[in-house]
Amino acid sequence: MKTGRTWWRPDGFLVYAVAYLVFIYLPVLFLPLFSFNNSKYIAFPLKGFTLKWYQQMLNSPSMLEALMNSIKVGLIVALLSTILGLMAAKAVTRYRLPGRGPVISFIMVPLVIPEIILAISLLILISQADIPLSLWTVGFSHLLLCTPFAMLVLVSRMEGFDRSLEEAALDLGENSWMTFWRVTFPIVLPGIVASMLLTFTISFDEFVLAFFLTSTDATLPIYIWSSLRFPTKIPAVLALGASIFVISFFVVSFAEWLRRRGVKMEATSRI
Amino acid sequence: MGEAIILFSDISKHFGQVIAVANTNFEIYRGEFFSLLGPSGCGKTTLLRMVAGFEAPTTGEIFIDGQPMSATPPNHRPVNIVFQNYAIFPHLDVRGNIAFGMRKSGLSRAELDQRIDEVLELIKLPGYGSRGADELSGGQRQRVALARALIKQPKVLLLDEPLGALDKKLREQMQIELRQLQQQLGITFLFVTHDQEEALTLSDRIAVMSDGHVMEIASPAELYESPGSRFVADFIGSMNFFEGEVSCRETSTVRVTTRVLGEIEVPLTTASPTTGERVWVAIRPEKLQPVFSEPQSRTNTVVGQMGPSAYLGDRSHFYVHLTQREEPVLVALQNLERSLDHLRRPNQPVWLQWADDAVVLLPRD
Ligand SMILES: Nc1ncnc2c1ncn2[C@@H]1O[C@H](COP(=O)(O)OP(=O)(O)O)[C@@H](O)[C@H]1O
Ligand SMILES: [Mg+2]
Repeated sequence: MKTGRTWWRPDGFLVYAVAYLVFIYLPVLFLPLFSFNNSKYIAFPLKGFTLKWYQQMLNSPSMLEALMNSIKVGLIVALLSTILGLMAAKAVTRYRLPGRGPVISFIMVPLVIPEIILAISLLILISQADIPLSLWTVGFSHLLLCTPFAMLVLVSRMEGFDRSLEEAALDLGENSWMTFWRVTFPIVLPGIVASMLLTFTISFDEFVLAFFLTSTDATLPIYIWSSLRFPTKIPAVLALGASIFVISFFVVSFAEWLRRRGVKMEATSRI
Repeated sequence: MGEAIILFSDISKHFGQVIAVANTNFEIYRGEFFSLLGPSGCGKTTLLRMVAGFEAPTTGEIFIDGQPMSATPPNHRPVNIVFQNYAIFPHLDVRGNIAFGMRKSGLSRAELDQRIDEVLELIKLPGYGSRGADELSGGQRQRVALARALIKQPKVLLLDEPLGALDKKLREQMQIELRQLQQQLGITFLFVTHDQEEALTLSDRIAVMSDGHVMEIASPAELYESPGSRFVADFIGSMNFFEGEVSCRETSTVRVTTRVLGEIEVPLTTASPTTGERVWVAIRPEKLQPVFSEPQSRTNTVVGQMGPSAYLGDRSHFYVHLTQREEPVLVALQNLERSLDHLRRPNQPVWLQWADDAVVLLPRD
């Protein structure tokens, strides 16, 4: 009885939590809803079930090309920014760097520069250097944007890392390279995965830098933006959005599972 | 005794302005249980880490089994270490932890499995091979850390306060097991501790350290019964000190004049001071025999009044106030009888007596 009553009392926090979830997820749920709606117009009432938008999506080479461009740039950026972030994180957590504080803030600056400023300055720099705009220039700008995020994730992971584990591996006969592979890497792996996911996502949906720094190769956000002028293309965009939503759901769940495993491991590395 | 397995030659280590280890020269013999004992921050860990190769000496050279080590990285040194926090690999199970250092051993899978089983037997954890690192108690982690190092068959096993994190009962049990293990395997142990009782229990020899200096190296009994300095005498066990001056040396005794104890006679030893030298007359609390009625003999006797006492179960400690001295004298008494009435009468007179050889003379300046 008692527990039942507490359940039903409109707890302020509960109301807030529900409102928050509705606010976040309701708009997202419109995506799959309208992607199955048999109408060109995104409006109620619904007209009936169809898969034709998904078909159209698969038959739209320019959309798929934009998707592939975004994935390519995202993967390369995720990999490179995580490697850079890992090295930076190792440097600031392991070595007594002179001027450690200023160095960290310097690396973190791109986090707080408005993207539009970053985009314009890069555009100026790149055109001054006579480098043709392409997906490479987009990738470069994303690398700049993502590395501080990677570093943030990895520093927090490495700060809890017990230094004597690496010393133990050295002591047991491994050189520093094998120590990295057999001890550091597996323990930091959850952080690496988290960093790759985060940086991939940032690059994948980044618009401003991509818009300024690409030439004819569109990334997905740019393609979607340009589709808005053609209402017939929009339902297929919804279908694509719904697919991406489902895929990211599984990827993020996997990452969360990895992270939990990591937390458990971390708990045991202390006594 | 035996040949040196580790030789410290002019070793020192500075961290910026901090002198963690000052110019140090000594050797550790093959097969001995050697302890570094000293208060926290005196440089024990630093010395150990220089042997393991994690810190480079500022000056000097460490020889292990005759080989200079300065150019040898930790992974090529014939020593292994048990860390203070054990540093068990969290992503590996017990077997994985123990096998970690055996990658290049050249053993087949089956041979290695057998070796691991033997070592698990040795550390009394048979059947624990597939336990995860998070499924072990503190004592078990300590054993795994030990096994992981021992399977490498090091020439010297380094242990940095390995029992510090364990509770008292477990610590005493592990002390016995460590000692047995060391004798059974014949491996040299270099053991770091700040616990003097632990060092006395375990060691063949102890180096007492203070502020980066090795103060004295001796066996537990020598350190306790005939310490070489006031610092060591004070650090190991308890000691009563009285100021004195040597009045004359005879053929078999030294006469010392003291303000508090009067003139006393001490048997002559090789270390005895010369006439006129200022000394500390040092007597352990348990070597003072209390007498509660006036004794016949007045040699080696001083009278005082009972002060506060403390009951410690197997023994009692009490203080005696002497007329000539502000600081009370500490006396330890075995509680051979159940009645402790004699301790509960403050200010009653008590006579303290000691044997001639109970006194240690230490330099005073
Ligand atoms: N890496 C280091 N950097 C600077 N000072 C250090 C370092 N390691 C130890 N010290 C200093 O050296 C002294 C001895 O430390 P340590 O060897 O750890 O002592 P112990 O193990 O006896 O407690 C201490 O004053 C400590 O602060
Ligand atoms: Mg220490």
